[in-house]
Formats: sequence, structure tokens, C-alpha cells
Amino acid sequence: MIFGIKDVIAVLPEITVAGAASCLLLVDFLIPRERKSAVGVLAIIFVIFAAIFSIFLMGTDVMGTTVFAGMFAVDGFSTFFKYVVYAAAVLSIMLSFHYVKEEGINAGEYYILMLFSLSGMMVMASAKDLLTVYVGLELMSLPVYVLVGFMQGDVRSNEGAMKYVILGAFSSAILLYGISLIYGLTGSTGLHAVAAVLSSGSVNQGALNVAVIMMVAGFAFKIAGVPFHMWAPDAYEGAPTPITAFMSVGPKAAAFAVILRVFMEGLGPAYGKWQIMLAAVAVASLAYGNLTAIAQRNIKRMLAYSSIGHAGYALLGLVAGTSEGVSSVMYYMAVYALMNLGVFAVIIMMRKGGQRGTEIDEYAGLAKSHKGLALVMLIFLFALAGVPPTAGFVAKFYVFMALIHKGMVGLALFAVLMSAVAAYFYIRIVMLMYMREPVKEFELAHSRGIYYVLAIATAGTVILGVYPGFLIELAQKASLFP
Amino acid sequence: MEKVFFLIFAAVAVGSALAVVTLKNPVHSALALIACLLQVASVFVLLRSPFLAVVQVFIYVGAVMVLFLFVVMVLDIRQARMEAFPQKERWFVYAIVPVITVELLTVILGKGFPRLGPGSTEATTVEVLGKALFTEYLFPFEVVSVLLLAAMVGAIIMVKKRWD
Repeated sequence: MIFGIKDVIAVLPEITVAGAASCLLLVDFLIPRERKSAVGVLAIIFVIFAAIFSIFLMGTDVMGTTVFAGMFAVDGFSTFFKYVVYAAAVLSIMLSFHYVKEEGINAGEYYILMLFSLSGMMVMASAKDLLTVYVGLELMSLPVYVLVGFMQGDVRSNEGAMKYVILGAFSSAILLYGISLIYGLTGSTGLHAVAAVLSSGSVNQGALNVAVIMMVAGFAFKIAGVPFHMWAPDAYEGAPTPITAFMSVGPKAAAFAVILRVFMEGLGPAYGKWQIMLAAVAVASLAYGNLTAIAQRNIKRMLAYSSIGHAGYALLGLVAGTSEGVSSVMYYMAVYALMNLGVFAVIIMMRKGGQRGTEIDEYAGLAKSHKGLALVMLIFLFALAGVPPTAGFVAKFYVFMALIHKGMVGLALFAVLMSAVAAYFYIRIVMLMYMREPVKEFELAHSRGIYYVLAIATAGTVILGVYPGFLIELAQKASLFP
Repeated sequence: MEKVFFLIFAAVAVGSALAVVTLKNPVHSALALIACLLQVASVFVLLRSPFLAVVQVFIYVGAVMVLFLFVVMVLDIRQARMEAFPQKERWFVYAIVPVITVELLTVILGKGFPRLGPGSTEATTVEVLGKALFTEYLFPFEVVSVLLLAAMVGAIIMVKKRWD
């Protein structure tokens, strides 16, 4: 088997990002410390190049094929998720410029590790073989472990990184065990070959059960689904805030891309087995994430629990197991990226000088002096709570419709109930901002990067809420079964 | 002839494995473990798996054990010299060892255990593996190389005192 130019063209976006990361490692030496933002700007430019290559690939005959001996798929599904992770990376880098100076962690490697992680996510989005899934997953996770612990002098940053890396290694081992069992049972790691053997029905069902449990556990860790969520609050709280934004959006979207493809394509014939397990994880995440978020005083911890809850909603789309369910998860991930990055942009703006901006009480009375900022925060919080006419509402609605069409009304009802609970802790912040008197003067970080992110996220959240049709159509076209 | 060699290797492997758990000094234990792993590598050679043998030496003896020894030497050895097992947890060990022994014996002596001889040489030579790595598995192989670079950068970032 010899590889030709076609295989290389198909992975051009990945080559761009990984190559950019490697080159920037060298460029970094030439840039003096106070001007390290230049590395970030270069990183953004390279990601935009990769995005252009991804568009270019859509028009070539590589589209819809697999390359590298069936290891790597170039299709609408992977391109959709690649755009979500491109956006997550670019917006998180824009959020970082000011923050890293404020915290004194202004290093070029910060942006380079984000690029490495991005290349891992892109591999995951296209992975068509369990082996590629696994190496992509590790390439995505390793840089994020380091980025969480990037603030060397901060105890919480160290603690978060330590917990994340140890539990991450543990979950990787469980996932690998599941993958090796699947390989043992079916004799292949390619998703199509696995599906073919599974649907022939000649597989030991007991061992398959164990394999599926292991895979669900390994993947649930990456999306912080209960009961594999323990790392999330500490890692989210300890990480530099732009990294919290990045890891709550990028790795989550990439992990969902992999989960959708592995379970729908590879383990599709075993739907009856994984559906009930994923439903259990989803229900537990919804209940635990949303109820625990109520008790939080730190806004980053609260958003960690809220992200556990959102993983639960998105999983429900997969539980439905239909084409509609898959496209609802895709839409959910795109919208969640926008609204979550928006909230984090506001939190990063609040970090200035002695003001940490991480306690919820610090937001009291924000609307009195900064009407515009309070208004965009309100839009993002309403979107996360799922209030119409924001995009968050459409995303939830679409997931629930997929469930109802499949006849799972009970699950849909439970999820609606939980979004009522979730509304409480999001809207509590809105109440604080509008109803309370400010305790002291607000200091805000003014940076062009943050303004751009706020503008993009607000526009996206509102426009996708009012005219969701365009993105839903894209998701449906790119869904695994068009 | 092969049987004689196997018996020698196996006896030394078991002996050094026993030494790992009975010796009091952690450095001696680590050295005994190296001896044990080398014997296992020789057994792999007898089983016509030269590649596995080489990997065993490279990874376990070369990388893992050196790390072990580094950690042990950085610690204060005289302090670390302690009882083989903490007194309180001994009952647990006494309970679990017979269970595992019986379990292993039933599996090995039972009918389900296949009688395996040495495998064919062709499937495990370095040449075959190398070809597979650079044709069928080229893409994951390249991703792993990026992964290793990222891990190295990350490790340096974590331990380097950056400024101040």
C-alpha cells in the first residue's frame, strides 16, 4: 500500500496546524518576552489558513472518501466539527492576549500548546479507526493538561492539572481496554469492519457488554459526564480562564465528534447496549450538574457544573440514535461553543489588577455602571439557560424533538425539568447584576481581542436563535446519515 | 537443549521476582526487578519473538527501570527502608494470595487453556512490523510523532522555572 498525493491533500489542514505549532516553537525564540502575543497572532493566522484548506477540500474529489488505508475520513461531519474547534481555538487565543499579561504567564508555548491540542481535535473529528481515535485523543489531552497547570505559582492551577492528568491517564487506560476488547472480538479496529462483524451477530455478547461499558466510561470522562466528572470543577477553577473557556468548548466538541462516529458507525449494531448506558450517564449528568451548580459561589466552578449538565443534554441527542439526533448534537456543540466562550469573555474582562472576577458576588450591580457588558452577559446566561429567542433555546428544543420523535418522552420531560432547575442559577447572576447595588467600582480589562470575541459570540447567539435554519440545515447535511 | 535454557531462565526469573518483594533495600529490589525482566526477555527469544524481547529490554529495563531507580535514589533510602508490608494490611495480603493462586491454577490446568507452542517467525520480525508501521499505520504513526513532540514541550514547560 503506497500513499499518494491524494492522502496528503486530505490531511492538509492537520499538517498546517501541526506544522505551524512546530515552526512557532522555533519562531518563539526570536520574539522578546513582552511581545509574545505575536506568537498568538501567528497561531490565529495559521488556523485561518487551515480553515481555508478545509473549505478548499469540500470542493475536491477527496470529499466523502477515506484516506490512509481507511484511517482518516474527509466528510461533511468532520468538516463541521473542525469548524467548531477552529472557532474555539481562535476565540480562546483572542481571549488570552490580555489575560496572560495580567497573570504574568506570557509565554509563546502557551499558544503553541493550544495549536497542538487543536491538531489532536482535528484528527479526532476525522478518525475512522479506533487507533486514530486514541492517538488523536491523547494529542488533544496532553497539551491541555499542561495548559491547566500553566500558572506555576498558583496552588489551584497545580492541583487542577494534577487531578486532570492522573484521572485522564486512568480514563485513557479504561478506554484502551475497551478498544482492545473490541479488537479482540471483531479482529479489527476500523469502524466499518467492526460494524460488519457486530451485525453478523457472531460476537460474544458478555464480552461485548464489558467492552461497551469501558468505551462509554472512557469517553464520558472526556466530556465530563457523571460519574466521570470529578476532575472538571477543580481543573476548570484552577486553569487560566481562557484555557477554561478553551477546554470547555474545544475538547468537548471533539470528544462528541468521536463519540458520535464511534457509537453510530462502529458500534451501531450494538445500539441496544450503549443506548441505555449513555442514557444513564446523560440523566446522571443532568441531575448532578444542574443541582450542584446551584450551590456554587465561584463562577468558574459553577460553569464547570453547568458544562457537566450541558454534556447531559447533548448526550440525549445521541441516545435518540437517529439522524435527527446526531444533527441535534452537532448543532448543540456549535451553539454551546459560542455562548460559553461569550460568558468566559465577560469573566476575563472582569479580571483586572486586584479584582479576580471569579466570585459570583463580584458581579453585583454590574448593570449600574456598565450597561452594555451586563446586557451581553444577560444574553449569554439566557442562552445557557435555554430562554428563547436565543440559540441556546433552539439547541435544546432540537435535542428534545429528536427524543420525542423517537418516542422517549420520559427522558425529554426529565431534561425539560432540569433546564428549569438550571434557569435558577443562571438567572441568579442576572438578578445580581441588575437588582443589587455595586459594592465598589468595577475595573475592566479593555482589550481588542475580548471585544471581538464578545461581538462574535453575541451575534452568533442571537442570530442563530432567530434564524437557526441555516446552521441546522448544514448539520443535517453533514450528519453521518444524510 | 531449549528446555534446559528455558528452565534456567524461568528459575532465575522466579528467583529474582521473589527477591524483588523480599529484599528490604529498595535499590536492591529495583535491581532484582531488572534481572527478572531480562530473564523474561530471554524467554521471549526462546519463543521466537525477537522483537518483543528487544522491546522488553528497551522499554522495561531501559526506560521504566531507570526511572524507578532515579526516584528511589532521590528519596532518602534509609528512611524508605521499611517493612515489606505495613502490619495492618497483612491480613489482606494473606487473604488475596491464595485466591489468585487457586484461580491461576484452575485456568492453567483446566481444559480451556490452549497449549501454545512457539509462534511462526515471520509475523514478528522487525521487518514485517516496520512495513506495517510505514504503510497501513502510517497516519497514526505520524500523529504519535507529533504527540511525542507536544509531550516533550509540555514536560519542559511544567518543570522549567520560567521567570522571576
